[in-house]
Amino acid sequence: MLRDITIGQYYPADSVIHKLDPRTKLMATMIYILSLFIFRSLAGFAAVTLGLFLVILLSKVPIGYMVKGLKAIVVILLITVIFNLFLTPGETIWSFWKLRITEEGLRNAAFMTVRLIYLILGSSILTLTTTPNQLTDGLEKSLRPLNKIRVPVHEIAMMMSIALRFIPILIEETDKIMKAQLARGADFESGNLVKKAKAMVPLLVPLFISAFRRANDLALAMEARCYHGGEGRTKMKPLKYKGVDGVAYLLIAAYFAAVILLRRFL
Amino acid sequence: MSIILDKVNYVYSEKTAYEIQALRDINLKINDGEFIGIIGHTGSGKSTLIQHLNGLVKASSGGIYYNGQDIYDADYKLKELRGKVGLVFQYPEHQLFETTVFADVCFGPRNCGLSRKDSELKAFTALKSVGLSEDYWYRSPFELSGGQKRRAAIAGVLAMEPEVLVLDEPTAGLDPKGRDEILDLVAKLHRERQMTVILVSHSMEDVGKYVQRLIVMNRGSVMYDGTPAEVFSHYRELEEVGLAAPQVTYLMHELRGRGIPANGVATTLEEAKQSILQAFSEKLSVQSNA
Amino acid sequence: MNFIEARKLVHEFIRRDEDDNVESILTALDGVNLDVKEGEFVAVLGHNGSGKSTLAKHLNVLLKPSGGTLWVNGKDVEDADNLWDIRQSTGMVFQNPDNQIIASVVEEDVAFGPENIGVPTSEIWKRVEKSLKSVGMIQYREHSPNRLSGGQKQRVAIAGVMAMEPKCIVLDEPTAMLDPNGRREVLEAVGQLNKEKGVTVILITHYMEEVIRADRVYVMDDGKVVMQGTPRAIFSQVDTLKSYRLDVPQITLLAYELRKAGVPVPEGILTRQELVEALCQLY
Repeated sequence: MLRDITIGQYYPADSVIHKLDPRTKLMATMIYILSLFIFRSLAGFAAVTLGLFLVILLSKVPIGYMVKGLKAIVVILLITVIFNLFLTPGETIWSFWKLRITEEGLRNAAFMTVRLIYLILGSSILTLTTTPNQLTDGLEKSLRPLNKIRVPVHEIAMMMSIALRFIPILIEETDKIMKAQLARGADFESGNLVKKAKAMVPLLVPLFISAFRRANDLALAMEARCYHGGEGRTKMKPLKYKGVDGVAYLLIAAYFAAVILLRRFL
Repeated sequence: MSIILDKVNYVYSEKTAYEIQALRDINLKINDGEFIGIIGHTGSGKSTLIQHLNGLVKASSGGIYYNGQDIYDADYKLKELRGKVGLVFQYPEHQLFETTVFADVCFGPRNCGLSRKDSELKAFTALKSVGLSEDYWYRSPFELSGGQKRRAAIAGVLAMEPEVLVLDEPTAGLDPKGRDEILDLVAKLHRERQMTVILVSHSMEDVGKYVQRLIVMNRGSVMYDGTPAEVFSHYRELEEVGLAAPQVTYLMHELRGRGIPANGVATTLEEAKQSILQAFSEKLSVQSNA
Repeated sequence: MNFIEARKLVHEFIRRDEDDNVESILTALDGVNLDVKEGEFVAVLGHNGSGKSTLAKHLNVLLKPSGGTLWVNGKDVEDADNLWDIRQSTGMVFQNPDNQIIASVVEEDVAFGPENIGVPTSEIWKRVEKSLKSVGMIQYREHSPNRLSGGQKQRVAIAGVMAMEPKCIVLDEPTAMLDPNGRREVLEAVGQLNKEKGVTVILITHYMEEVIRADRVYVMDDGKVVMQGTPRAIFSQVDTLKSYRLDVPQITLLAYELRKAGVPVPEGILTRQELVEALCQLY
């Protein structure tokens, strides 16, 4: 059920991608997302595909495991396909009643589908190969300049990592509460929207109360372990660029250049 | 009336990397009016098993029959079954949500389709029977102590007037007095209402003291099923799977090993005491005869 | 001076209404005296609501006394300058294992405390390894806490405290949410830390079986210390314990019942072996 969601769940493995600095991976992901909206020809598509699958191979995350993460976006994908397919003006190749499919629509639908799938696959590599803590460390360090304009970067990063740690716990708890209320004859499925919303109250009240209690406990536990903000804190795993990161940055640059060139010339 | 489980299997996260067979070929018949204990360590499948009894979890294969009716039949009303097989979960915090204890206890009967008045009547009876003082009825359930919350949660299920009451570790986290109070309450419900009670527990001492029939779960299978005395006679096998018999059972066996004729199947303090006293009185009478 | 010295410690929870008027006062601690020497294993028993958790939170300055004095590691808890010293020297483990693990990887969680007190990176690695080894969790260092059992999570929490190299560790009902196997794991780990590393242990619990290993036991009721002594001395007073909503281990209770019925076994039997020996001698 709820626990089948793979997006965002770290997949432990010993690979080059896992070893990269999270800042490198953040940058690479950004460049990659940009590149998805730059390519427009088959050659560009080939370059992006090559890049993506090379990285997936290097990451040692099983492809089946990644593809499962796509289940969550099937609906969005379908909507995108339908909109692009039927609503793009251009040369009609097939029509029925008021619906018509154009060559451009077909092309757009195909590209948008690919873009969305690639977007999810690519960004899930980031979360699959980077522990939430590394990820927040990476964000904290990359965003440190914002400290100057009084953005509480450390606190935001800490909140993110705690949220990531507690999401699975709260999902499991939701499941338990749901069962406890079902056992008392609760019905979460039938009825209209208003009735359904009302049916959520017995689920949400215990969940919120539990979340607040957990937050309270956690704050105490953090204080007891001498937490007092980011000041004077050291790190077990301080971020340090290594040789492999240099190589990665070069490859990212080369990849980006290739995608841009392909857009211009092919 | 009975619940019959016929070759029930359950597999978690089927066809994924995390696939776990939680239940393996479970065959059980739960008779009317029995007081059953289920023990097993965490992950042995006992929680999954009890969630099958009211249809919260659907078996991957096999059948479950409540009073002869297949609960997996397309036209079987699972919601009614949930009213008949009342399941109280481990943490009352997972079910208490209303502004007052009384309103919370009304939730079950309301869901069963009863009118407001009838629901309140049932809630009244249920709260009375769990022995929660009326002072607490109109307070927020979140102000109650651990033991009181537990009572409120049990009342919330009893208000549906179930024929079978299933409790998943109802004493977790309670202090000794609170634990005894809840277990005594459960025993009273069984005694006075001839209710079928199924008690999931970690404590061998507790189940040894209260239940008539004990089911031991291990790795998703039923390992033993019998009276506490029968089950605890396998104390060596139980140990091998990380469980144990009550302390007094060991004591009796050790005494026998040292030549004292103690009763090897004693599972409660009272039985052990009587058996030791008897052994000593025989000894004394033999001595006085000689 | 003792490692912990509490004199007439009082704590009041004051509830106020919207206008800041005092609505009710709950005296959670009422004149508690507590002395713990370095290296001791002290257990605090009491039913839910007896004030034992409130006491625990004072030892780590998560709560401050409303009255009386409390010195931890030779430092007054009232002095704000001592706060971080005390928290570092007296670590704390809580009841719910999920609500005290901060990081998503075991070793990173253990490192959380040392990071907070500014331990250099290379030293953190050493400490993390040492503490995880001391609770037998080193093979799980790269695991996610979510897939561990309750007993394992609690041992990670203990390692997290040990990594701050405290002199004393306070455990506030660490086993209340665990199954019997988890309880055994945690108690064994705690016992080992006390014996082998000389860590002072203060174990707060309502499970009687757990205090048998303690050097001394305090029993609390209604915010007061009502009994103190060795486990043997405490467990020989079965009726008094029952009046405080507590009980004794099944074997101790059996020995007590046998005595009442006229079998002259000695008072304060704690273990099965002791009872077997006593009965065999009498037979």
